[in-house]
Amino acid sequence: MNVHIPTPLRSYTRKESVIEAGGGTVGEMLAEIERRYPGFRFRIIDEQDAIREHIKIFINGKPVNSLSAPLQAGDTIHIMCALSGG
Amino acid sequence: MKTESHLVPKPATGPVAVLIGTRKGAFILRGDKARRSWKLSGPMFLGHIVHHMALDPRDRRTLLIAARTGHLGPTIFRSTDFGKSWKEAERPPAFPKVPEGQKGLVLDHVFWVTPGHASQPGVWSAGSSPQGLFRSEDGGRTWEGVSGFNDHPMRNAWAGGVGDGTPDGPKLHSINIDPRDPNHIYIGMSSGGVFESTDGGKDWKPLNKGCAADFLPTPDPEYGHDPHRVLLHPLMPDRLYQQNHCGIYRMERAEGEWVRIGRNMPKRVGDIGFPLVLHPRDPDTIWVFPMDGTEVWPRTSPDGKPACYVTRNAGKTWKRLDQGFPRRAWFTVKRQAMAGDSREPAGLYLGTTSGEVWASRNGGTTWTSVAKYLPEIYSIEASELSR
Repeated sequence: MNVHIPTPLRSYTRKESVIEAGGGTVGEMLAEIERRYPGFRFRIIDEQDAIREHIKIFINGKPVNSLSAPLQAGDTIHIMCALSGG
Repeated sequence: MKTESHLVPKPATGPVAVLIGTRKGAFILRGDKARRSWKLSGPMFLGHIVHHMALDPRDRRTLLIAARTGHLGPTIFRSTDFGKSWKEAERPPAFPKVPEGQKGLVLDHVFWVTPGHASQPGVWSAGSSPQGLFRSEDGGRTWEGVSGFNDHPMRNAWAGGVGDGTPDGPKLHSINIDPRDPNHIYIGMSSGGVFESTDGGKDWKPLNKGCAADFLPTPDPEYGHDPHRVLLHPLMPDRLYQQNHCGIYRMERAEGEWVRIGRNMPKRVGDIGFPLVLHPRDPDTIWVFPMDGTEVWPRTSPDGKPACYVTRNAGKTWKRLDQGFPRRAWFTVKRQAMAGDSREPAGLYLGTTSGEVWASRNGGTTWTSVAKYLPEIYSIEASELSR
């Protein structure tokens, strides 16, 4: 699966805008990303496993709001930073 | 009351670095030895909200930054070479995850970072919004919650709800460690009040007797107060000062009761404000920077006339210090945005929310603007790069 990374998180992915990751759910995918890019997950997922307020995750263009959202091989994931503050 | 002269440290003589946390990143102002010329570097972490930046006085190299961005969650960055390079904390402060179906605390931002006791190198403490206390024993790489506070059965009552705090979130700040005993700790919470632990943070007790809480219906509540800044004097650790939402106070710990020394301030100015600075060698001398706390709380210089006030007798009398400030200006100075150095005469530094840094190298007698056009300033720390 291709995961599109927004600019505020590319300091973790060594400037890569798209990375490959696996997992049966969004949570599993983020766990894999965290193993490769430590610190990534907590910037977008809080300690109670909720997606942070100004972060949006899309699977094939559809928004999801839970780490348990299922993923399938070939899915395209976008992690987006919503409009936020000044 | 005076300290024993042999305990009073000699004034520092080396250059001073002013660490500046802003709404849009961190900056460092480096002064020459005379504190006359200043060189600004930064921004570091441009676009990050930097609530606090502090230098470890035990090694004079390690810097910690409490940061987040508008989108991304809170974290701590650390440098062991005074800002040349940075690494993110491997495990930043976070509240524990609670079981499914329960509502757990979510850390919005780290608000305060404080180096630990001189005898405990590598130990740091952090305060957060909402109110939480965290500790690192490895120079800020990894952080654990201080369970004795965060899980205290009274924590939720003491801290109140999220809506009970300051406009950008309730905060735990002003972490003071007794130089005689690393297990003796004071903290301030906005809201909540002042709390004390004598067992290294395992248990806590409110310490608010005598302090007003005019915004509560109860006349003399045990907790729920709003200290803006709390400091103990290292040379007289049983003396505490606080700039509170409801005035300026001093406590001699043995008496256990806050005395409102702000009542001796001029009535037209009042004793509302946010920052508080101690003199490095004289526990009777403190500086405050009053704010307008009337009616709807403008939080600007009273009557648009910026001034610092000093007491040199522990609050009996106050003197206005405004030479060099504009005759008319509407400064707002946040609680963590004023600091002093350890030179002689003592230097003072304050940062405004309009992005200007003002400095005095003579104990506040005269002030000079040393940096301007910065983002909104959240915090100021003054650190000696050498003695």
